[in-house]
Amino acid sequence: MDTLLDVSNLRIRYGGAAREAVRGVSFTLGRERLGIVGESGSGKSTVGRALLKLLPGATITADRLRFEDVDLTLLSEREMLKIRGRRMSMILQDPKFSLNPIRRVGDQVSETYLRHFRCSRREARERALAMLEAVKIRDPERVYRQYPHEVSGGMGQRIMIAMMLLADPDLVIADEPTSALDVTVRLQVLDILDNLVRNRGIGLIMISHDLNLVRNFCDRVLIMYAGQVVETLKAGDLERAEHPYTRGLLAAQPRIGGPRAPLSVLDRKPEWLEENA
Amino acid sequence: MSVSVDVHDLSIVFGSGPQAVRVLPGVSIAVQPGECFGLVGESGSGKSTVLRCISMLTDFWQGEIRIGGRFVREIPLGERCRTLQMVFQDPYGSLHPRQSVRTVLHEPLAIHKLDDREDRMRRAITDVGLPVSFLDRFPHQLSGGQRQRIAIARALILEPSLLLLDEPTSALDVSVQAEILNLLQRLRDERGFTYIMVTHDLAVVDHMCDRFAVMLLGEVAEVLPRDAIAGNQATHPYARELVGASLAYEGTRRAQG
Repeated sequence: MDTLLDVSNLRIRYGGAAREAVRGVSFTLGRERLGIVGESGSGKSTVGRALLKLLPGATITADRLRFEDVDLTLLSEREMLKIRGRRMSMILQDPKFSLNPIRRVGDQVSETYLRHFRCSRREARERALAMLEAVKIRDPERVYRQYPHEVSGGMGQRIMIAMMLLADPDLVIADEPTSALDVTVRLQVLDILDNLVRNRGIGLIMISHDLNLVRNFCDRVLIMYAGQVVETLKAGDLERAEHPYTRGLLAAQPRIGGPRAPLSVLDRKPEWLEENA
Repeated sequence: MSVSVDVHDLSIVFGSGPQAVRVLPGVSIAVQPGECFGLVGESGSGKSTVLRCISMLTDFWQGEIRIGGRFVREIPLGERCRTLQMVFQDPYGSLHPRQSVRTVLHEPLAIHKLDDREDRMRRAITDVGLPVSFLDRFPHQLSGGQRQRIAIARALILEPSLLLLDEPTSALDVSVQAEILNLLQRLRDERGFTYIMVTHDLAVVDHMCDRFAVMLLGEVAEVLPRDAIAGNQATHPYARELVGASLAYEGTRRAQG
Protein backbone atom coordinates (compact mmCIF):
# COMPACT_ATOMS: atom_id res chain seq x y z
CA MET A 1 0.00 0.00 0.00
CA ASP A 2 1.44 3.35 -0.96
CA THR A 3 1.87 5.81 1.85
CA LEU A 4 -0.06 9.05 1.57
CA LEU A 5 0.99 10.60 4.78
CA ASP A 6 3.96 9.98 7.01
CA VAL A 7 4.02 11.78 10.34
CA SER A 8 6.76 11.32 12.86
CA ASN A 9 7.13 12.98 16.25
CA LEU A 10 4.66 15.77 15.56
CA ARG A 11 4.64 18.42 18.27
CA ILE A 12 2.35 21.41 18.46
CA ARG A 13 2.41 24.24 20.96
CA TYR A 14 -0.17 27.01 20.87
CA GLY A 15 1.20 30.51 21.25
CA GLY A 16 1.60 31.39 24.93
CA ALA A 17 0.72 27.91 26.16
CA ALA A 18 2.90 26.39 28.85
CA ARG A 19 2.58 22.82 27.59
CA GLU A 20 2.48 21.30 24.16
CA ALA A 21 -1.04 20.44 22.94
CA VAL A 22 0.30 17.55 20.87
CA ARG A 23 3.34 15.66 22.10
CA GLY A 24 5.20 13.38 19.74
CA VAL A 25 2.45 11.92 17.56
CA SER A 26 3.60 9.52 14.83
CA PHE A 27 1.56 7.59 12.29
CA THR A 28 1.40 6.71 8.63
CA LEU A 29 -1.64 6.63 6.43
CA GLY A 30 -2.23 4.73 3.20
CA ARG A 31 -5.39 4.69 1.15
CA GLU A 32 -7.37 3.66 4.16
CA ARG A 33 -9.71 5.06 6.77
CA LEU A 34 -7.98 6.05 9.96
CA GLY A 35 -9.90 7.11 13.05
CA ILE A 36 -8.53 9.39 15.75
CA VAL A 37 -10.52 9.24 18.99
CA GLY A 38 -10.10 10.92 22.32
CA GLU A 39 -11.82 13.29 24.70
CA SER A 40 -12.14 17.01 24.21
CA GLY A 41 -8.76 18.55 24.77
CA SER A 42 -6.84 15.43 23.81
CA GLY A 43 -5.38 17.16 20.76
CA LYS A 44 -7.14 15.14 18.07
CA SER A 45 -8.51 18.14 16.15
CA THR A 46 -5.22 19.95 16.56
CA VAL A 47 -3.47 17.12 14.71
CA GLY A 48 -5.99 17.39 11.86
CA ARG A 49 -5.58 21.11 11.58
CA ALA A 50 -1.80 20.92 11.75
CA LEU A 51 -1.77 18.69 8.67
CA LEU A 52 -3.48 21.46 6.71
CA LYS A 53 -1.39 24.08 8.53
CA LEU A 54 -4.51 25.80 9.78
CA LEU A 55 -3.06 26.82 13.12
CA PRO A 56 -1.89 30.42 12.97
CA GLY A 57 0.18 31.33 15.98
CA ALA A 58 1.01 27.76 16.91
CA THR A 59 4.47 26.26 16.64
CA ILE A 60 4.51 23.01 14.71
CA THR A 61 7.60 20.83 14.73
CA ALA A 62 8.05 17.32 13.44
CA ASP A 63 10.85 14.96 12.51
CA ARG A 64 8.85 14.11 9.43
CA LEU A 65 5.63 15.50 7.99
CA ARG A 66 5.38 14.16 4.48
CA PHE A 67 2.27 14.23 2.34
CA GLU A 68 2.83 12.22 -0.85
CA ASP A 69 5.83 13.90 -2.52
CA VAL A 70 5.88 17.08 -0.45
CA ASP A 71 7.38 17.95 2.89
CA LEU A 72 4.66 19.94 4.65
CA THR A 73 7.08 21.53 7.11
CA LEU A 74 8.90 23.32 4.29
CA LEU A 75 5.90 24.69 2.43
CA SER A 76 5.12 28.40 2.43
CA GLU A 77 1.59 29.65 2.93
CA ARG A 78 1.43 30.35 -0.81
CA GLU A 79 2.31 26.78 -1.67
CA MET A 80 -0.11 25.48 0.96
CA LEU A 81 -2.96 27.17 -0.92
CA LYS A 82 -2.36 24.78 -3.81
CA ILE A 83 -2.60 21.80 -1.50
CA ARG A 84 -5.57 22.83 0.63
CA GLY A 85 -8.86 21.88 -0.95
CA ARG A 86 -7.12 20.42 -3.97
CA ARG A 87 -5.07 17.52 -2.66
CA MET A 88 -6.07 17.54 0.99
CA SER A 89 -9.36 18.84 2.32
CA MET A 90 -11.26 19.01 5.55
CA ILE A 91 -14.89 18.42 6.49
CA LEU A 92 -15.88 20.29 9.63
CA GLN A 93 -18.37 19.50 12.32
CA ASP A 94 -21.28 21.81 11.79
CA PRO A 95 -22.44 22.91 8.32
CA LYS A 96 -24.34 25.78 9.96
CA PHE A 97 -21.06 27.41 10.86
CA SER A 98 -18.85 26.27 8.02
CA LEU A 99 -20.94 27.42 5.06
CA ASN A 100 -21.08 31.11 4.19
CA PRO A 101 -24.62 32.16 5.19
CA ILE A 102 -25.02 34.84 2.51
CA ARG A 103 -23.92 32.87 -0.55
CA ARG A 104 -25.87 30.24 -2.47
CA VAL A 105 -24.61 26.80 -1.57
CA GLY A 106 -24.05 25.82 -5.22
CA ASP A 107 -21.73 28.78 -5.79
CA GLN A 108 -19.76 27.78 -2.73
CA VAL A 109 -19.36 24.25 -4.03
CA SER A 110 -18.33 25.28 -7.53
CA GLU A 111 -15.84 27.79 -6.11
CA THR A 112 -13.65 24.84 -5.11
CA TYR A 113 -13.42 23.81 -8.73
CA LEU A 114 -12.96 27.31 -10.11
CA ARG A 115 -10.14 27.94 -7.70
CA HIS A 116 -8.14 24.89 -8.53
CA PHE A 117 -8.79 24.25 -12.23
CA ARG A 118 -8.76 26.43 -15.31
CA CYS A 119 -12.32 26.26 -16.50
CA SER A 120 -15.41 28.26 -17.30
CA ARG A 121 -18.06 29.04 -14.70
CA ARG A 122 -20.43 26.87 -16.63
CA GLU A 123 -18.15 23.86 -16.43
CA ALA A 124 -17.60 24.39 -12.70
CA ARG A 125 -21.35 24.58 -12.23
CA GLU A 126 -21.86 21.31 -14.05
CA ARG A 127 -19.17 19.63 -12.00
CA ALA A 128 -20.77 20.92 -8.82
CA LEU A 129 -24.22 19.69 -9.86
CA ALA A 130 -22.85 16.25 -10.66
CA MET A 131 -21.13 16.16 -7.29
CA LEU A 132 -24.31 17.21 -5.47
CA GLU A 133 -26.01 14.31 -7.19
CA ALA A 134 -23.20 11.99 -6.10
CA VAL A 135 -23.90 12.87 -2.45
CA LYS A 136 -27.51 11.79 -3.08
CA ILE A 137 -29.17 15.17 -3.18
CA ARG A 138 -32.37 14.52 -5.08
CA ASP A 139 -32.95 17.85 -6.79
CA PRO A 140 -29.45 19.32 -7.26
CA GLU A 141 -30.63 22.21 -9.47
CA ARG A 142 -32.93 23.47 -6.75
CA VAL A 143 -30.47 22.92 -3.90
CA TYR A 144 -27.75 24.67 -5.93
CA ARG A 145 -29.75 27.90 -5.73
CA GLN A 146 -30.56 27.65 -2.02
CA TYR A 147 -28.90 29.45 0.86
CA PRO A 148 -27.44 27.56 3.82
CA HIS A 149 -30.35 28.45 6.13
CA GLU A 150 -32.76 26.78 3.71
CA VAL A 151 -31.17 23.35 3.94
CA SER A 152 -31.34 20.88 6.82
CA GLY A 153 -28.32 19.80 8.85
CA GLY A 154 -27.95 16.48 7.02
CA MET A 155 -28.26 18.18 3.65
CA GLY A 156 -25.76 20.84 4.71
CA GLN A 157 -23.23 18.20 5.66
CA ARG A 158 -23.72 16.44 2.30
CA ILE A 159 -23.08 19.77 0.59
CA MET A 160 -19.85 20.08 2.62
CA ILE A 161 -18.83 16.61 1.52
CA ALA A 162 -19.57 17.51 -2.13
CA MET A 163 -17.49 20.65 -1.78
CA MET A 164 -14.55 18.84 -0.24
CA LEU A 165 -14.51 15.96 -2.72
CA LEU A 166 -15.09 18.05 -5.85
CA ALA A 167 -11.42 18.70 -6.52
CA ASP A 168 -10.75 14.98 -6.13
CA PRO A 169 -8.30 15.18 -3.22
CA ASP A 170 -6.11 12.29 -2.12
CA LEU A 171 -6.68 12.87 1.55
CA VAL A 172 -9.80 14.01 3.39
CA ILE A 173 -9.77 14.94 7.06
CA ALA A 174 -13.23 14.77 8.62
CA ASP A 175 -13.40 16.48 12.00
CA GLU A 176 -16.50 15.21 13.83
CA PRO A 177 -18.43 15.15 10.55
CA THR A 178 -21.69 13.90 12.02
CA SER A 179 -21.71 15.00 15.66
CA ALA A 180 -24.22 17.76 14.93
CA LEU A 181 -26.65 15.41 13.14
CA ASP A 182 -29.55 13.24 14.29
CA VAL A 183 -28.94 9.52 14.54
CA THR A 184 -31.15 8.66 11.57
CA VAL A 185 -29.43 11.19 9.32
CA ARG A 186 -25.98 10.38 10.68
CA LEU A 187 -25.88 6.92 9.15
CA GLN A 188 -26.98 8.16 5.72
CA VAL A 189 -24.30 10.84 5.66
CA LEU A 190 -21.63 8.41 6.85
CA ASP A 191 -22.61 5.87 4.19
CA ILE A 192 -22.36 8.49 1.46
CA LEU A 193 -18.95 9.62 2.70
CA ASP A 194 -17.80 6.04 3.08
CA ASN A 195 -18.82 5.05 -0.47
CA LEU A 196 -17.18 8.06 -2.08
CA VAL A 197 -13.98 7.60 -0.13
CA ARG A 198 -13.73 3.92 -1.00
CA ASN A 199 -14.65 4.22 -4.66
CA ARG A 200 -12.16 6.98 -5.27
CA GLY A 201 -9.44 5.44 -3.18
CA ILE A 202 -9.15 8.50 -0.97
CA GLY A 203 -7.31 8.36 2.33
CA LEU A 204 -9.60 9.40 5.19
CA ILE A 205 -8.78 10.62 8.66
CA MET A 206 -11.91 10.58 10.80
CA ILE A 207 -11.58 12.61 13.99
CA SER A 208 -14.27 11.80 16.52
CA HIS A 209 -15.05 11.29 20.17
CA ASP A 210 -17.50 8.57 19.23
CA LEU A 211 -16.16 5.04 19.58
CA ASN A 212 -19.12 3.52 17.75
CA LEU A 213 -18.50 5.67 14.75
CA VAL A 214 -14.81 4.86 14.32
CA ARG A 215 -15.49 1.22 15.00
CA ASN A 216 -17.95 1.05 12.12
CA PHE A 217 -16.38 3.40 9.61
CA CYS A 218 -12.63 3.09 10.01
CA ASP A 219 -9.96 0.48 9.35
CA ARG A 220 -7.54 1.57 12.04
CA VAL A 221 -7.93 3.70 15.14
CA LEU A 222 -5.50 5.90 17.04
CA ILE A 223 -6.51 6.62 20.60
CA MET A 224 -5.25 9.94 21.94
CA TYR A 225 -4.96 11.11 25.51
CA ALA A 226 -3.44 14.40 26.63
CA GLY A 227 -1.71 15.06 23.33
CA GLN A 228 -0.24 11.60 22.87
CA VAL A 229 -1.25 8.47 21.02
CA VAL A 230 -1.71 5.88 23.76
CA GLU A 231 -2.70 3.02 21.49
CA THR A 232 -3.19 2.09 17.82
CA LEU A 233 -5.63 -0.66 16.98
CA LYS A 234 -7.47 -2.24 14.10
CA ALA A 235 -11.08 -1.02 14.34
CA GLY A 236 -12.30 -4.60 14.68
CA ASP A 237 -9.96 -5.19 17.61
CA LEU A 238 -11.17 -2.21 19.61
CA GLU A 239 -12.82 -4.56 22.07
CA ARG A 240 -9.40 -6.10 22.74
CA ALA A 241 -7.77 -2.78 23.60
CA GLU A 242 -5.03 -3.02 26.18
CA HIS A 243 -4.38 0.49 27.38
CA PRO A 244 -6.41 1.21 30.53
CA TYR A 245 -7.60 4.51 29.06
CA THR A 246 -9.12 2.85 25.98
CA ARG A 247 -10.65 0.16 28.12
CA GLY A 248 -12.06 2.80 30.43
CA LEU A 249 -13.64 4.68 27.53
CA LEU A 250 -15.26 1.51 26.23
CA ALA A 251 -16.61 0.58 29.64
CA ALA A 252 -18.00 4.06 30.29
CA GLN A 253 -20.38 3.82 27.34
CA PRO A 254 -23.98 2.98 28.06
CA ARG A 255 -25.14 0.20 25.75
CA ILE A 256 -28.51 -0.80 24.42
CA GLY A 257 -29.59 -3.92 26.25
CA GLY A 258 -26.77 -3.52 28.76
CA PRO A 259 -27.16 -4.09 32.49
CA ARG A 260 -28.32 -0.98 34.28
CA ALA A 261 -25.57 -1.18 36.83
CA PRO A 262 -23.69 2.08 37.40
CA LEU A 263 -21.33 2.75 34.49
CA SER A 264 -17.69 2.35 35.21
CA VAL A 265 -15.95 5.66 35.59
CA LEU A 266 -12.56 6.44 34.16
CA ASP A 267 -9.86 6.38 36.79
CA ARG A 268 -7.29 8.72 35.33
CA LYS A 269 -3.76 7.71 36.22
CA PRO A 270 -1.10 10.40 36.42
CA GLU A 271 1.38 8.17 34.60
CA TRP A 272 -0.75 8.42 31.43
CA LEU A 273 0.37 12.02 31.25
CA GLU A 274 4.05 11.15 31.27
CA GLU A 275 5.65 11.23 27.92
CA ASN A 276 6.38 7.81 26.49
CA ALA A 277 9.39 7.63 24.26
CA MET B 1 -41.47 13.01 47.39
CA SER B 2 -42.41 11.65 43.95
CA VAL B 3 -44.95 13.37 41.78
CA SER B 4 -46.75 12.32 38.63
CA VAL B 5 -46.88 14.46 35.51
CA ASP B 6 -49.88 14.45 33.21
CA VAL B 7 -49.75 16.36 29.98
CA HIS B 8 -53.01 16.42 28.08
CA ASP B 9 -53.55 17.88 24.62
CA LEU B 10 -50.68 20.36 24.98
CA SER B 11 -50.38 22.68 22.01
CA ILE B 12 -48.40 25.82 21.40
CA VAL B 13 -48.26 28.37 18.61
CA PHE B 14 -45.22 30.52 17.95
CA GLY B 15 -45.67 33.78 16.04
CA SER B 16 -48.96 35.34 15.08
CA GLY B 17 -51.07 36.03 12.02
CA PRO B 18 -50.14 34.29 8.78
CA GLN B 19 -46.68 33.39 10.09
CA ALA B 20 -48.01 31.51 13.09
CA VAL B 21 -46.55 28.05 13.47
CA ARG B 22 -48.25 25.41 15.54
CA VAL B 23 -45.24 23.65 17.07
CA LEU B 24 -46.98 21.10 19.23
CA PRO B 25 -50.28 20.04 17.73
CA GLY B 26 -51.59 18.25 20.81
CA VAL B 27 -49.19 16.25 22.92
CA SER B 28 -50.37 13.93 25.67
CA ILE B 29 -48.05 12.00 27.96
CA ALA B 30 -48.49 10.53 31.41
CA VAL B 31 -45.47 10.06 33.67
CA GLN B 32 -45.78 7.95 36.82
CA PRO B 33 -44.39 9.13 40.16
CA GLY B 34 -40.73 8.15 40.44
CA GLU B 35 -40.46 7.20 36.78
CA CYS B 36 -37.67 8.20 34.43
CA PHE B 37 -39.40 9.12 31.20
CA GLY B 38 -37.42 9.79 28.02
CA LEU B 39 -38.25 12.09 25.13
CA VAL B 40 -36.43 11.29 21.91
CA GLY B 41 -36.76 12.49 18.33
CA GLU B 42 -34.89 14.49 15.75
CA SER B 43 -33.94 18.11 16.28
CA GLY B 44 -36.93 20.38 15.86
CA SER B 45 -39.42 17.71 16.90
CA GLY B 46 -40.47 19.67 19.98
CA LYS B 47 -38.79 17.66 22.74
CA SER B 48 -37.30 20.63 24.55
CA THR B 49 -40.46 22.69 23.99
CA VAL B 50 -42.43 20.13 25.99
CA LEU B 51 -40.01 20.60 28.92
CA ARG B 52 -40.23 24.37 28.65
CA CYS B 53 -44.01 24.17 28.74
CA ILE B 54 -44.06 21.89 31.77
CA SER B 55 -41.67 24.19 33.61
CA MET B 56 -43.66 27.28 32.51
CA LEU B 57 -40.52 28.84 31.02
CA THR B 58 -42.79 29.12 28.01
CA ASP B 59 -46.27 29.84 29.34
CA PHE B 60 -48.50 30.66 26.36
CA TRP B 61 -49.53 27.10 25.66
CA GLN B 62 -52.99 25.58 25.58
CA GLY B 63 -54.07 22.32 27.09
CA GLU B 64 -53.60 20.82 30.51
CA ILE B 65 -50.47 20.05 32.47
CA ARG B 66 -50.87 18.55 35.90
CA ILE B 67 -48.05 17.88 38.33
CA GLY B 68 -48.97 15.60 41.21
CA GLY B 69 -52.60 16.03 40.17
CA ARG B 70 -52.56 19.85 40.36
CA PHE B 71 -52.81 22.12 37.35
CA VAL B 72 -49.38 23.66 36.88
CA ARG B 73 -50.89 27.09 36.16
CA GLU B 74 -52.55 27.08 39.56
CA ILE B 75 -49.42 26.25 41.52
CA PRO B 76 -47.96 29.52 42.89
CA LEU B 77 -44.55 30.45 41.46
CA GLY B 78 -42.58 29.77 44.62
CA GLU B 79 -44.12 26.40 45.17
CA ARG B 80 -43.71 25.51 41.52
CA CYS B 81 -39.99 26.20 41.72
CA ARG B 82 -39.74 24.02 44.80
CA THR B 83 -41.55 21.23 42.94
CA LEU B 84 -39.76 21.18 39.63
CA GLN B 85 -36.33 22.22 38.42
CA MET B 86 -34.58 22.01 35.11
CA VAL B 87 -31.04 21.04 34.04
CA PHE B 88 -29.96 22.42 30.69
CA GLN B 89 -27.88 20.97 27.93
CA ASP B 90 -24.85 23.17 27.84
CA PRO B 91 -23.06 23.59 31.15
CA TYR B 92 -20.91 26.28 29.53
CA GLY B 93 -23.93 28.44 28.76
CA SER B 94 -26.12 27.81 31.77
CA LEU B 95 -23.83 29.15 34.52
CA HIS B 96 -23.16 32.86 34.91
CA PRO B 97 -19.43 33.35 34.20
CA ARG B 98 -19.02 36.05 36.86
CA GLN B 99 -20.84 34.28 39.67
CA SER B 100 -19.12 31.91 42.03
CA VAL B 101 -20.68 28.54 42.79
CA ARG B 102 -21.65 29.95 46.18
CA THR B 103 -23.60 32.80 44.57
CA VAL B 104 -25.31 30.41 42.16
CA LEU B 105 -26.44 28.12 44.95
CA HIS B 106 -27.24 30.90 47.41
CA GLU B 107 -29.65 32.81 45.20
CA PRO B 108 -32.52 30.28 45.24
CA LEU B 109 -32.18 29.97 49.02
CA ALA B 110 -32.43 33.73 49.47
CA ILE B 111 -35.40 34.02 47.10
CA HIS B 112 -37.25 31.28 48.93
CA LYS B 113 -36.20 32.62 52.35
CA LEU B 114 -34.85 29.28 53.49
CA ASP B 115 -32.61 29.03 56.55
CA ASP B 116 -29.50 26.91 57.24
CA ARG B 117 -28.14 28.24 53.98
CA GLU B 118 -24.51 27.26 54.53
CA ASP B 119 -25.63 23.76 55.49
CA ARG B 120 -27.89 23.36 52.49
CA MET B 121 -25.19 24.53 50.11
CA ARG B 122 -22.69 22.10 51.60
CA ARG B 123 -25.18 19.29 51.32
CA ALA B 124 -26.07 20.08 47.69
CA ILE B 125 -22.45 20.20 46.61
CA THR B 126 -21.60 17.00 48.48
CA ASP B 127 -24.64 15.32 46.91
CA VAL B 128 -23.26 15.91 43.44
CA GLY B 129 -19.87 14.50 44.47
CA LEU B 130 -17.80 17.67 44.69
CA PRO B 131 -15.70 18.87 47.63
CA VAL B 132 -17.10 21.75 49.70
CA SER B 133 -14.12 23.91 48.74
CA PHE B 134 -15.62 24.16 45.23
CA LEU B 135 -18.18 26.63 46.59
CA ASP B 136 -15.67 29.41 46.09
CA ARG B 137 -14.81 28.57 42.50
CA PHE B 138 -15.98 30.33 39.37
CA PRO B 139 -17.24 28.48 36.28
CA HIS B 140 -13.99 28.99 34.35
CA GLN B 141 -12.18 27.08 37.10
CA LEU B 142 -14.36 24.03 36.50
CA SER B 143 -14.34 21.34 33.82
CA GLY B 144 -17.43 20.60 31.74
CA GLY B 145 -18.46 17.69 33.93
CA GLN B 146 -17.96 19.71 37.11
CA ARG B 147 -20.07 22.53 35.69
CA GLN B 148 -22.87 20.12 34.90
CA ARG B 149 -22.62 18.87 38.50
CA ILE B 150 -23.03 22.45 39.70
CA ALA B 151 -26.06 22.88 37.42
CA ILE B 152 -27.52 19.74 38.99
CA ALA B 153 -26.68 21.00 42.50
CA ARG B 154 -28.49 24.24 41.66
CA ALA B 155 -31.53 22.21 40.63
CA LEU B 156 -31.35 20.13 43.81
CA ILE B 157 -30.94 22.90 46.32
CA LEU B 158 -34.68 23.62 46.60
CA GLU B 159 -35.30 19.91 47.09
CA PRO B 160 -37.71 19.49 44.16
CA SER B 161 -39.46 16.24 43.32
CA LEU B 162 -39.46 16.56 39.53
CA LEU B 163 -36.32 17.15 37.48
CA LEU B 164 -36.58 18.14 33.82
CA LEU B 165 -33.35 17.16 32.09
CA ASP B 166 -32.71 18.71 28.69
CA GLU B 167 -29.91 16.67 27.09
CA PRO B 168 -27.90 16.76 30.32
CA THR B 169 -24.92 14.86 28.90
CA SER B 170 -24.79 15.55 25.18
CA ALA B 171 -22.16 18.26 25.53
CA LEU B 172 -19.91 15.96 27.57
CA ASP B 173 -17.35 13.27 26.75
CA VAL B 174 -18.30 9.61 27.20
CA SER B 175 -16.23 9.23 30.34
CA VAL B 176 -17.78 12.32 31.90
CA GLN B 177 -21.25 11.34 30.72
CA ALA B 178 -20.87 8.11 32.69
CA GLU B 179 -20.21 10.09 35.88
CA ILE B 180 -23.26 12.31 35.39
CA LEU B 181 -25.57 9.41 34.51
CA ASN B 182 -24.40 7.52 37.58
CA LEU B 183 -25.02 10.61 39.68
CA LEU B 184 -28.55 11.05 38.31
CA GLN B 185 -29.33 7.40 38.89
CA ARG B 186 -28.03 7.44 42.45
CA LEU B 187 -30.06 10.56 43.27
CA ARG B 188 -33.19 8.94 41.90
CA ASP B 189 -32.62 5.81 43.97
CA GLU B 190 -32.08 7.89 47.11
CA ARG B 191 -34.77 10.52 46.69
CA GLY B 192 -37.36 8.98 44.37
CA PHE B 193 -37.20 11.84 41.87
CA THR B 194 -39.38 11.83 38.80
CA TYR B 195 -37.25 12.55 35.73
CA ILE B 196 -38.30 13.67 32.30
CA MET B 197 -35.22 13.46 30.14
CA VAL B 198 -34.74 14.77 26.62
CA THR B 199 -31.99 13.03 24.72
CA HIS B 200 -31.11 11.89 21.23
CA ASP B 201 -29.09 8.91 22.37
CA LEU B 202 -31.10 5.71 22.70
CA ALA B 203 -28.25 4.02 24.56
CA VAL B 204 -28.72 6.64 27.29
CA VAL B 205 -32.49 6.04 27.23
CA ASP B 206 -31.91 2.33 27.53
CA HIS B 207 -29.60 2.89 30.46
CA MET B 208 -31.72 5.42 32.35
CA CYS B 209 -35.38 5.41 31.40
CA ASP B 210 -38.33 3.15 32.14
CA ARG B 211 -40.37 4.34 29.17
CA PHE B 212 -39.82 6.85 26.41
CA ALA B 213 -41.82 8.77 23.83
CA VAL B 214 -40.63 9.10 20.25
CA MET B 215 -41.54 12.55 18.94
CA LEU B 216 -41.95 13.51 15.31
CA LEU B 217 -42.91 16.99 14.11
CA GLY B 218 -44.32 17.95 17.49
CA GLU B 219 -46.40 14.85 17.94
CA VAL B 220 -45.80 11.81 20.06
CA ALA B 221 -45.41 9.08 17.48
CA GLU B 222 -45.19 6.26 19.97
CA VAL B 223 -44.58 5.59 23.65
CA LEU B 224 -42.38 2.56 24.21
CA PRO B 225 -41.03 0.70 27.22
CA ARG B 226 -37.28 0.49 27.54
CA ASP B 227 -37.27 -3.21 26.61
CA ALA B 228 -38.61 -2.39 23.15
CA ILE B 229 -35.25 -0.96 22.05
CA ALA B 230 -33.06 -4.04 21.92
CA GLY B 231 -35.40 -6.02 19.65
CA ASN B 232 -36.84 -2.97 17.87
CA GLN B 233 -40.45 -3.60 18.79
CA ALA B 234 -41.57 -0.14 17.67
CA THR B 235 -44.60 -0.13 15.38
CA HIS B 236 -44.70 3.47 14.17
CA PRO B 237 -42.57 3.73 10.99
CA TYR B 238 -40.47 6.66 12.23
CA ALA B 239 -39.94 5.10 15.65
CA ARG B 240 -38.81 1.89 13.92
CA GLU B 241 -36.41 3.86 11.76
CA LEU B 242 -34.98 5.69 14.76
CA VAL B 243 -34.53 2.58 16.87
CA GLY B 244 -33.19 0.69 13.85
CA ALA B 245 -30.65 3.43 13.11
CA SER B 246 -29.50 3.46 16.71
CA LEU B 247 -29.07 -0.29 16.72
CA ALA B 248 -27.21 -0.16 13.40
CA TYR B 249 -25.00 2.54 14.83
CA GLU B 250 -23.97 0.28 17.67
CA GLY B 251 -23.93 -2.41 14.96
CA THR B 252 -20.61 -4.14 14.67
CA ARG B 253 -20.28 -4.62 18.36
CA ARG B 254 -23.68 -6.27 18.66
CA ALA B 255 -22.87 -8.64 15.83
CA GLN B 256 -19.74 -9.69 17.63
CA GLY B 257 -21.79 -10.40 20.69
